[in-house]
Formats: sequence, C-alpha cells, structure tokens
Amino acid sequence: MNLDSRIPSGPIEKKWDNCRFDMKLVNPANKRKYTVIVVGTGLAGGSAAATLGELGYNVLCFSHQDSPRRAHSIAAQGGINAAKNYQNDGDSIYRLFYDTVKGGDFRAREANVYRLAQISVNIIDQCVAQGVPFAREYGGMLANRSFGGAQVSRTFYARGQTGQQLLLGAYQALERQIQAGSVKMFPRREMLDLIVIDGVARGVVTRDMVTGRFEATVADAVVLGTGGYGNIFYLSTNARNSNATAIWRAYKRGAAFGNPCFTQIHPTCIPVSGEYQSKLTLMSESLRNDGRIWVPLRKGDTRPPAQIPEAERDYYLERRYPSFGNLVPRDVASRNAKMVCDEGRGVGPSGFGVYLDFAGSINRLGADTIRERYGNLFEMYERITGEDPYSLPMRIYPAVHYTMGGLWVDYRLQSTIPGLFVIGEANFSDHGANRLGASALMQGLADGYFVLPYTIGDYLASSKLEKLDASHAAARQGLDGAGELTRKLLGIKGKRSVDSFHKELGKYMWEYCGMARNAKGLEHAQGKIAELRDEFWKNVNVTGGGEEINQALERAGRVADFLELGELMCLDALQRRESCGGHFREEWQTPEGEAQRDDENFSHAAAWLHQGPGKTPERLVEPLAFEYVHPSQRSYK
Amino acid sequence: MKIILHVWRQKDRNAEGKLVRYECPNVSEHMSFLEMLDVLNEDLTAKGDDPVAFEHDCREGICGCCGFVINGVAHGPMPGTTVCQLHMRHFKDGDELYLEPWRAMAFPVLKDLMVDRSAFDRIIAAGGYVSVSTGAPPDGNALPVPKSDAERAMDAAQCIGCGACVAACPNASASLFTSAKVSHLGLLPQGQPERHERALGMVRQMAIEGFGACGNIGECEAVCPKRISIENIARMHRDFLCAAFAERPHVETGGAG
Ligand SMILES: Cc1cc2nc3c(=O)[nH]c(=O)nc-3n(C[C@H](O)[C@H](O)[C@H](O)COP(=O)(O)OP(=O)(O)OC[C@H]3O[C@@H](n4cnc5c(N)ncnc54)[C@H](O)[C@@H]3O)c2cc1C
Ligand code: FES
Repeated sequence: MNLDSRIPSGPIEKKWDNCRFDMKLVNPANKRKYTVIVVGTGLAGGSAAATLGELGYNVLCFSHQDSPRRAHSIAAQGGINAAKNYQNDGDSIYRLFYDTVKGGDFRAREANVYRLAQISVNIIDQCVAQGVPFAREYGGMLANRSFGGAQVSRTFYARGQTGQQLLLGAYQALERQIQAGSVKMFPRREMLDLIVIDGVARGVVTRDMVTGRFEATVADAVVLGTGGYGNIFYLSTNARNSNATAIWRAYKRGAAFGNPCFTQIHPTCIPVSGEYQSKLTLMSESLRNDGRIWVPLRKGDTRPPAQIPEAERDYYLERRYPSFGNLVPRDVASRNAKMVCDEGRGVGPSGFGVYLDFAGSINRLGADTIRERYGNLFEMYERITGEDPYSLPMRIYPAVHYTMGGLWVDYRLQSTIPGLFVIGEANFSDHGANRLGASALMQGLADGYFVLPYTIGDYLASSKLEKLDASHAAARQGLDGAGELTRKLLGIKGKRSVDSFHKELGKYMWEYCGMARNAKGLEHAQGKIAELRDEFWKNVNVTGGGEEINQALERAGRVADFLELGELMCLDALQRRESCGGHFREEWQTPEGEAQRDDENFSHAAAWLHQGPGKTPERLVEPLAFEYVHPSQRSYK
Repeated sequence: MKIILHVWRQKDRNAEGKLVRYECPNVSEHMSFLEMLDVLNEDLTAKGDDPVAFEHDCREGICGCCGFVINGVAHGPMPGTTVCQLHMRHFKDGDELYLEPWRAMAFPVLKDLMVDRSAFDRIIAAGGYVSVSTGAPPDGNALPVPKSDAERAMDAAQCIGCGACVAACPNASASLFTSAKVSHLGLLPQGQPERHERALGMVRQMAIEGFGACGNIGECEAVCPKRISIENIARMHRDFLCAAFAERPHVETGGAG
C-alpha cells in the first residue's frame, strides 16, 4: 500500500482554499440522507458532531462517559493558541506555523500545520460567539498569555480551566443539535470494533456499558475522536478511562498507525507518592514563568531545601540553557529532570523529583501577586501533597501527558480505510515529534469545527455507498467477535487483577519506552510485554458478568489492547534510529546531550499496517518535505 | 491507619440495596479517597467478590464524574473538594464512614455508588446554549465584555455537573445546576437574545425531570465543589418570572414570495 497524503497543490497559504474549492458539496436536501457515526465527544468529536448536525447530516454520536460533557478534554488547563496578534507583538499565521513545525522537531506535515494556524483565528471567534467566558482585559478585550516558551502572547484562556470551557461550548452546541433531532447521542457506549465492508468503513460495534448489550450500528462514514493513548503507561495525566481501544481495533481492521512511539512527557507534574497511585496530576507549565527549577549540587543531599545554601544548589536548566532557562520546551525540560534524578540528585521521598521554587518570585513580587497568578494551582498542590508551596518549594517530576502518534490520516483527515476519519489527539497529525503547549485544544477544534465537516462532505458526495442495515454479515461478525472476546475475558478466572497487569506494563513502558530509549532496552521491553500478554490471557481475573455494569471488564478490554499497542510502540521506537522531539534515543545525541535528528534517513512519518495476529506489521513511510521551514538543529541554549 | 467503610451495595437499578461493612487496614494519609477504594477493590477482586462500582475519570476535580455521600455530606467533609481530590489525611485512624450514592428521584441508582444523571443533559438541551452554528461569526473582539461580567460568568460556568447540589438539597432540586448555566450565558452579551427562552425552557425541563423546587436552604452551595453561589438561583428566578410574563405564543412568520 502507498500512503497518499493528498496535499493540495499551490502555495502553502492557498492550499486549504484550493482544497475546499475542489471538494464536492452535498446538496443540502440530501444531507439528512447520510448517516455519520462520531465516536467521542471531546473537543474533536463534540465539535464535529455538533457541526455535522447543524449542516443537516444524520449524526449518531457515541461516548463511554455518562455525558458528552465529561470527555477528557475537560481537564485541559492552560489555554488555546491562536494567531490573532491581538497583542501586536509580531504574531502571525506564519509565525504560529513556523513555531509549530520547529517545535515538532520537523516531523509534521507542513501543509497540515499551516492550515491549523490559519484556522486558529476562526476557533476563537466561534467560541466567543458560543459564550465561552475567556479571560478579558479591563477594556473588555480578550486577554492573552505567553505559554510554553513562546515568544509571543497568543494563548487564550479561561482561568486554569480552558479545556472545560471550550468543551462546554462544544457540548452545548451538541445538546442543541440533540434537541433539534439531528444528532442522536449514545452515552455509556464503548466502541469495540469497526465494521468494514468491501474495504470501506461502514459502522461500529459497541457495548452498552449499563446492560452489557452489544450493538452494531451502520452508517455512511465513521469518525473517531477518541483521544490519546497515554494511559498505556498506567500513570499519566490522562483521565483514568482514556484508552486506545477504538483506534487499536480500527488498526486491526486496516487503519495504519502513525508514529506510535511519539509520546509527550510533561515536565511539571506532582511526583508519585506510593504504590496505590492511580494517576498523576499536572501542574500547569505556566508555573515555569515564575518558578526556578533546581536540585542539590551534591548527590544524596537530604537536607530540607531551606537549609541548602544557594552555592550548593544546581539550577540546571538556567545553567545549561542560559537563553531559555526554565522555559525550555517540554521534551528538553523533562529529559533534564530525569538526568539529574538518575545522577542521584533527585529530591523527595522517592528521589524522583526536582524543586520548583517560588521563593525568589515571592520575595520580588510579593505573595499576593503569586497568589493572583497561580492561586488555584497552589491550592491544588497543597490539597494533593499536604505541603504549602508558599513556604516550601514544590516538588515536581515529568509524567506522560499526550500522544503525538495516532492513526495515520491524509490532509483530509481520512485514514487508510476509506470512510474512516480520525480527528483530535486520536490521529497522528500536526504536532510531529513534540507538541507545543496550548496546541492540542486548537487542533481538536480545528479538526472538528472546520476541517472534517468539509472533507467528509466531499467523501460522501464522491462515493457510491450501498444502502445497508445492521443485519449485514460483517456487522454480525463484528458483534460475534466482541461477544466472544468478552466471554473469553470473563472465562479466564485467573489470579491477577487487571490493574496489576496494567501497572506492570506501565513500568516497562516508562522504563524502556519513556523519556530515554535505547535499542537494548526496547528489545528487552518487547520480550517482557509479550510475556506479560501471554500471562494476561491465562491468568487475569475479571470478576462479575457481562450483562451488567462491570468496570473490571471494561478495563480488561482496554488493557488487552494496551498490551498489544505497547509492543508496537517499542518496535516503532526501535526502528526510528534517530532522536527527535519527545523520542530520545540515547545512541543519537549531540555532544551536549541534545536530541540528534537524522534528516537524511528519517525525515518521514512511519505508519504501521497490521498484518494479522503474531505477524510483524509493515512499516510504511510518508516522506516529509520542508519547503517553507528549513530544518535546523533546535537550540535553546 | 485503619478505616471502616459501610458502602451502599446495589446490583442494578431494580435491585434492593444495602450497606455492607468493609475494613481498609493500611490506608496511607497521602491516598485520595478514590485510591483507598481502588485498594479495597483490589482486595475484593482477589477474594473473588464484586468490586464496588463508583464513577470517576479525571481524578482532578473537573470532569464531574465522581461523587457520593460520605457520612451524610455530598463529596465528604472538605469544602470545595470533590471525592477524587479528597485525601485521607483529613481522616483519622479508626474512622467509620458511610458511603451512599446521590439520592434523588431524578437520579436513579445504576449500581452501588453510580447514578444516572442524564437529566442534567436534558436540562441543557432545553436551552442551555447560544444558538450559533459553526461558520463565520464576528471577530472575537468585536463585542467587548466588561471584565467583571466575564469573571462573574466564569464563576457560574465553572459548574462541573456532578450533581452534589441535588444530593444535598432536601427537595432534590437542581436549581443550583440550572441557574449556573442560566447565569453564565445571561451575564454575557452573546446570551442576551435567548435569555428568556433559556430560562423558561430549562426551568420547565427541571420540573419535568422530577427535580424539586428551591426552598432557599442553601445546602447546595455548601457542598458545591466549585463553590457556585446561590445568588445564581435568584437570577434564574428573576429571568424566569420576567420571561413568563412576557411569554407570547410562538407564531411562524413565513416569508412571502
Ligand atoms: C491534564 C491535561 C491538561 C492539558 N492541558 C492542555 C492545554 O492547556 N492546552 C492544550 O492545547 N492541550 C492540553 N491538553 C491536551 C488536550 O487536553 C487533549 O489532547 C485534547 O483535549 C484531546 O481531545 P480529543 O477530543 O481528541 O479527545 P478526548 O477529549 O480525550 O475525548 C475522547 C472521547 O472519546 C470517547 N472514547 C474514547 N474511547 C472510546 C471508545 N472505545 N468508545 C466510545 N467512546 C470512546 C470518550 O468518551 C471521549 O468522549 C491537556 C491534557 C491533559 C491530560
Ligand atoms: S473524577 Fe473527575 S471530578 Fe472527580
């Protein structure tokens, strides 16, 4: 198979216009004759379902939470980027495009990123019109902040709850369509399979999580906005129920998986406190604007922080990166924290932590200013750790946060299965090997409000789709498969809980496929994961039955998929014999210990095609051409 | 420390439920309340018992999934805190805690501590939005919004839809939830055109769903993890009354020609 990215012709600023003009339109009177399935109600799925409903399509929308408002997007804190240049500080569409391509370490498709930057301005207008209460200046204009080391202020925010407010905007638009009858919502449904008929995506198999009933639903096209797979690490900042099941099962039906090893480790999270730990909490990276990061100079220095004199502290980011200091991008900050902890200089009970110290800023600006800027974050920190960050430095450590990898899609967001579209974090596009802060919300909403609704219309208008119903053999086969899998999981009745497998998998992933990777470790992890998977299918204990609410069963299905995906991530990391962005191969680093790309051999996206159980998947390659932003060594020195 | 739990166990919507006693022997003060339940569930699983079903997702106090009553108080003893953010350091060795699901006619119990809150979605669907379709709205800065209005709108918009307000209210009223949305949109210029219809639609839907009326008791505000103020309820009542007086039958005016 060849990957056709379908990048439109013309200069970069005209590509999206050209594409829109070339696309076929669906006659308004015909739209309601088309049924589209949208799985997921996060920023991507929610905005897509609402917009498709507004356009007049017949939309069937699924999510595993009890309400569309609870999708994981709700937890995003910091903000959303847009090239509005309201601050007159030199921002532009081109600059946002440039920053994103460079921030992604030259592993994203230029045309997509440019479109994203173009659309960013429409997103803000749309959300304001919906009543999203963005922060304002005294004159009533929208406020901005600078975020994630950007040199312009282009981040729009709603206190520390930007994701919540954007998602509520999309959710309300969705509820309006539900009321109007154009969208039918199916909450508490877990997608377990994709129905593919004659090579074309035509529906999904779901499980009703209350009754346990399996349902096959057919449609003219399927959209997945099912989020990222960071939970494969067990501990991550993702919501507990975020999973890879929808995209993984689509992968097994033929959708290529793009750059699975590209994960983002966020530098500022609250460290692990014990074995019982269930998730990690992000502390917004805006804290790095006023906090200084340090560890003791000396190994094994266990004095309380206040007793360590200035001269015996190592402000390692300021030392190594004098011009960016504490504001270096996420991948760089995370890797450095790991380095100092591996040297034995980490702090806190586990030794896996570094200080984020506000003492200097509190002295300089006063505690009130700091409270005004970060009050809610300080409160959250204290609630979780029981320590007061006004008097003690915070302890932070990197944690898995986001997955740049996902199902491969072309410029029109279509996967390698015709009729299957993938949006938001679930696809692999736009962020390359490292995502910049405040860009995921932007991408989710760009895909859902402004890109997919057009491109899916072209697909529907130009495809000849036979009428179907759920009694089709492929649908029945999907139902049988899902039922079979469930019976199998319930029938093992082994000795180990689902969570114990998930935790063990997470440890391998974190150790060998986390912040730093090397060939030996990755090979070791592949073997360990394969062993663990074997044990899972012999020894997992899933209590309860299938025809009831059964949270252990839900988790078991997800962990079964993670146990396969983990191996693919290791394989992808092994094959990408270079370092780029969040993918740091220890064998490829500059003399100063920075990521060393190999543009000659790896300036491409890798997309993996499933070949059947037990077989090595095929690695397809989409070459990346950089016509506008010339690849250079990222330097933050 | 050791904590004794009495947990409401109910197999499904139609089954009868009862409180069952469990001991949690090794609770660390750093655990969250839900992490303590995770550990309990691992123990139950090892014994082949059915783990306790409770709803949760973000575990950061923002998605609104989690929530149950601890010793009679929705979300437990710490003000402004969801159960997922409640840590065990606020309890002491030997404490005996009674965990029950939200109790309200409009929130039927699904299993153990899980309830069906879909009524909230239907209240939003009855008008909790601005009718603007995706397209080309005016520039975000075309309509200035006074900072204080934006802040007050945000105060109300922070509602996470957890349902604690309903659980705490002796009338099982959803007034705090509904009024938070009425206020959020009613305080912004974008929300003005539909302000009356919104209040009418949402308040009526609240009654249809079987939630009670507000008796001005204030328990809702006391347990709200986002500290939403009951001032919003007053605003909702005002909007509803104005709207009810001004209401006229809807007439379709077809365009000629
Ligand atoms: C703590 C935190 C803070 C963040 N802060 C920021 C920020 O400040 N700025 C920024 O730009 N980004 C931020 N991000 C990243 C950003 O929030 C996410 O990338 C983004 O919200 C993902 O949106 P989505 O719509 O793709 O998926 P999600 O919001 O994850 O939604 C997934 C949807 O799919 C459904 N689903 C999943 N699997 C299934 C299945 N098998 N069956 C049925 N339904 C399913 C779920 O029910 C859900 O509705 C943050 C992330 C985290 C974890
Ligand atoms: S789990 Fe999300 S609010 Fe508690």
